[in-house]
Amino acid sequence: MLFAAATIALLVAMGLALARAFLGPTVYDRILAVNAFGTKTVLMIAVLGFLSGRPEFLDIALLYALINFIGTIAVLKFVRYADLGKGTREHDREALR
Amino acid sequence: MPSEPSQSGTNGQGRRPDRAAHSAALLVAMLATWLLLSGYFEAFLLTLGAMSCVLVVAIARRMDVIDRESFPIHLTARLLTYWPWLLKEIWLAAVDVTKRVLSPRMPISPTLIDLEATQRSDLGQVIYANSITLTPGTYTIRIHENRILVHALSREGAESLAGGDMDRRVTALEAG
Amino acid sequence: MELLRDILAWGLVLGGCFFTVVGAFGLVRLPDVYTRIHSAGIVDTVGAGLLLAGLTLYGGFTIVTVKLLLILAFIFFTSPAACNALANAMYSAGIKPVLAKDDEGGGS
Repeated sequence: MLFAAATIALLVAMGLALARAFLGPTVYDRILAVNAFGTKTVLMIAVLGFLSGRPEFLDIALLYALINFIGTIAVLKFVRYADLGKGTREHDREALR
Repeated sequence: MPSEPSQSGTNGQGRRPDRAAHSAALLVAMLATWLLLSGYFEAFLLTLGAMSCVLVVAIARRMDVIDRESFPIHLTARLLTYWPWLLKEIWLAAVDVTKRVLSPRMPISPTLIDLEATQRSDLGQVIYANSITLTPGTYTIRIHENRILVHALSREGAESLAGGDMDRRVTALEAG
Repeated sequence: MELLRDILAWGLVLGGCFFTVVGAFGLVRLPDVYTRIHSAGIVDTVGAGLLLAGLTLYGGFTIVTVKLLLILAFIFFTSPAACNALANAMYSAGIKPVLAKDDEGGGS
């Protein structure tokens, strides 16, 4: 009962975040919305684990929390430099010298 | 975790003397994490887990990423008194932002404010900047040469931050 | 005792849900990107914190508790970094925040 209510609340919140991702207007709005959506997904997976009585779901939530962060940073870097390897090649060249 | 290893370096630069202590702390932390996350306690799997932890510490040492900055065990004891205060601040700020978002008139007054960070080390400044960001209603846009550019949702939030309470606490945390 | 724990767990989980929905609502309602980040911040700190604390209390102290606390720690450590990276990228890209006018009196 409690977890069903929590699931519904999280679904509402996820819907609102999706609305912001669709509305934009700038690309940063969308990145922010996707990041917030990811946080809610982590909470949702955790609650679903309790709802279905399968706490193994928490391992997935744990991973998702990390992937969400890495994904946000990667997309931001790509938007900013249009190049995910930016900075590393110069560093490698320095190291080889 | 070891609470206060004896250190000679004063300003976040002294890396060599305490590398062994940091490696040991990292190893202990990783072993604990492995045990808690896997939940297996058979001899074979325990051996594999211990081996992978040792391998990761070896790689981290070779990459030279173990130092006071990446693994600040010297702050552990003081962090334990700082975090409860930070949690209280987060709670109060979240309630304030919630009221502003929900009230029909939406009484927000977005403000940019330039603050001085009095911490001496980079680590201290990062702790300060992240504390500002974690507190709802204010977040750090950038740090440059001891100046922190902060965006605040309301003028009151910016003023309370300019009062410098958090800055003093983080400086005390860093210096001890 | 059991009852008290359940009531507290309910309160925490429902409180977490409330703050999560409010944060998402602010994401839609607030006027520009810079202010929306504040709203997303509520979800990351108080929303996630209360919800996961409630689940911890509900599950009792087992290995599940440790995992929940780890999730919470990851969220608390990564969310300011992501938020700062986003704000910094916006600011560098030249997007100007909408600021309150000085004579308006602003907040409440």
